[in-house]
Amino acid sequence: MLADQDRIFTNLYGLHSPGLDAAKQRGAWDGTKFLLEMGRDWIIDEMKQSGLRGRGGAGFPTGLKWSFMPRKSDGRPHYLVVNADESEPGTCKDREIMRHDPHLLIEGCMLASFAMAAHACYIYIRGEYVAEKHALQRAVDEAYEARLVGKDNVHGYPFDIYVHHGAGAYICGEETALLESLEGKKGMPRLKPPFPANMGLYGCPTTVNNVESIAVAGTILRRGGAWFAGLGGKNNTGTKLFCVSGHVNKPCNVEEELGITFRELVDKHCGGMRGGWDNLLCSIPGGSSVPLVPAEQIIDAKMDFDTLKNLGSGLGTAAVIVLDRSTDIVSAIARIAYFYKHESCGQCTPCREGTGWMWRVMLRMAEGRAQRREIDMLLDVTKQIEGHTICALGDAAAWPIQGLIRHFRPEIEKRIDRYSANPHSDPVPMAAE
Amino acid sequence: MANRRLAPAAEQPAAFAFSSENAEWAKGQIEKYPEGRQASAVIPLLWKAQEQNGGWLPQKAIEAVADELGMPHIRVLEVATFYTMFALEPVGKFWIQLCGTVPCDSCGARELKDYLHHRLGAPGHVSADGNFSWLEVECLGACCNAPMAQINQDYYEDLTPDLLGKLMDDLAAGRPVKVGSQVGRTSSEPLGGADTLTDATLFDGSRVGAWRKRFEEKEAEEGSEQGKAEAASSERRAAAEPKPARPDAGRAVETPATDAPAQRAAAGETPVKPDDKANAADGTGSTAQPAAPTAPAPETIAKAEAAGAEAGTQSDLPRNEPPPQPAASGASPDAAVTKPAGPKAPAKASATKAATPRSSAPKKGN
Repeated sequence: MLADQDRIFTNLYGLHSPGLDAAKQRGAWDGTKFLLEMGRDWIIDEMKQSGLRGRGGAGFPTGLKWSFMPRKSDGRPHYLVVNADESEPGTCKDREIMRHDPHLLIEGCMLASFAMAAHACYIYIRGEYVAEKHALQRAVDEAYEARLVGKDNVHGYPFDIYVHHGAGAYICGEETALLESLEGKKGMPRLKPPFPANMGLYGCPTTVNNVESIAVAGTILRRGGAWFAGLGGKNNTGTKLFCVSGHVNKPCNVEEELGITFRELVDKHCGGMRGGWDNLLCSIPGGSSVPLVPAEQIIDAKMDFDTLKNLGSGLGTAAVIVLDRSTDIVSAIARIAYFYKHESCGQCTPCREGTGWMWRVMLRMAEGRAQRREIDMLLDVTKQIEGHTICALGDAAAWPIQGLIRHFRPEIEKRIDRYSANPHSDPVPMAAE
Repeated sequence: MANRRLAPAAEQPAAFAFSSENAEWAKGQIEKYPEGRQASAVIPLLWKAQEQNGGWLPQKAIEAVADELGMPHIRVLEVATFYTMFALEPVGKFWIQLCGTVPCDSCGARELKDYLHHRLGAPGHVSADGNFSWLEVECLGACCNAPMAQINQDYYEDLTPDLLGKLMDDLAAGRPVKVGSQVGRTSSEPLGGADTLTDATLFDGSRVGAWRKRFEEKEAEEGSEQGKAEAASSERRAAAEPKPARPDAGRAVETPATDAPAQRAAAGETPVKPDDKANAADGTGSTAQPAAPTAPAPETIAKAEAAGAEAGTQSDLPRNEPPPQPAASGASPDAAVTKPAGPKAPAKASATKAATPRSSAPKKGN
């Protein structure tokens, strides 16, 4: 188990005050000026050395991302945009950072902005998080008042930070959709290239980072990239907030080392599996977008990027949804299919039409009101959506269904057989609706 | 995609204008964005309009926001219909948004849904008393506290049908309610308290500044690293081209050369190094000549010598003079403190080096 001394989010559960004084006691804003004086290259090197991979789901190395920003401004301002549009089902970690440890985030914004020569930072917070928005705004106001940020601050680097409130759209968690939304448009993803590092917010170089990736920066720089890299495993370094939900005895958020096994995570922090380990059916280890992993594969798997990728799934946001044998797995995946149908922005045809089609077929399969060959047809359709859309929402919609068919095909077939074995007055429909 | 349309004309109010207080607030919002980018404020302004209008967004409000920001009406209408948190039809005094996505779904959101169906009827309709309307929405991001619902702006977590029923009764009756977890959790810690984050030193300020030790240590280490590197290189040098003789410093002392041709021959090696041969053949090799008469600066020699001693090449040297300064092994303090010494030392070393091949002869004459 990770030692308390190595935890970054020491007020994760909100047992202490989120205010500036208490945050300083816990080590936020400690020597920020000193870190800034170490220089831009040092900060980026240290982040690279830490091996920190983006905590928003894709796992792209943060230090490398920072280094993509143009070294010198060509006259356009640079922006840092923090993606606090946390809406991946199962994920509820950024919320805790924003309401309980907001100063770690604000300090991280300052350090990251400095490393990328940005003088303004927007934090895009999802619309539903009203209380969190107020908490974050309160912290920003405190930081302004203490002159930690602002045009003329004690760190000698002019820096403004703004909280921007969204209005409920999963797709705005996609970085370019988020930028569109921030510009006051519908949140429809942009084609890449140009990448945001060249043409982002208002056509200026922009980096979009997840809340957790930014909020850990201060502590990493203070304690050193080597310290962070020493936790976890190779290529999967550091600590991570795990959001364990579903059928465990005590669902919770917890900061743990990457590479902790699933069993240890659940046993140590979540009071064990509901009904014992034999009751585990499967887990969706990285938010609803990743394929599920059946019990026998996940139970002793290391929870890190590479291990889960090798299991045909992914760590994503480390939102571990645990499902036991009482779960109707087909209808659970149908519910996920509905989610993507609801959240598709409608820009690309394969996704707009495909998500609805998949959901309708999944609904019938949950009942068994389908034909066996439709399983392959459904699989084929997921492959036609995957990779054929501007953003990854199409992929995210396809993967859970692919995972279901990969691991639970007999279950779907059983339902279809059971349904067709009984007399029904209506004919079994075909996929094209 | 969600299919979202404006409320029917009959329900639309005839006009909408921001209250003076909200108009002031709106100006502050617009200022957050660079000049000419006021469209960025469209979502916050629509939020405020919705709040002012009792929780839903009429067409006139959308147009008012568009005018305020100098945007075409259709652009704002697009935004208002795209984002699902803008309610386009009237809602109850308490608008219940029940999360129905997988983590909540698997933890009992279906029972809550049945309960709301039973109590309030179909979603999207305001109850007869005007108090409630409800909707199943997608993940609200409180999955560790599933199942949950958002009522107006607040989250109510860890619900059961009974708890939700009581909550609704309390809200309707105007009794105070507890926001957040309904089963006594502070936030998303495990029920009954967490085993982690219990170390008191995390919170008493004792960790503040502790990390600076890393930089101090590193600084010191960097110094010694430089020293180590220097020592290693002089060791290497000493091993490859050992100082043939110790400087006699003007005294007549018989000192055996460790690397004279005779010794090499004794050791079974070629007495004359190929380099030396080449040097001798080459007239330009005379660069060594002028360097030779000037004896290397004593401290450099001491350094190289000590290094040599360390390498074991000169261990049998008679020690009839004060031991040299511990320059080589402890070069770190000097090197670290006086940086300029760094580049100087190698220069001297190279001078010594140039002098080495011919070592014995000119030295003796010195």
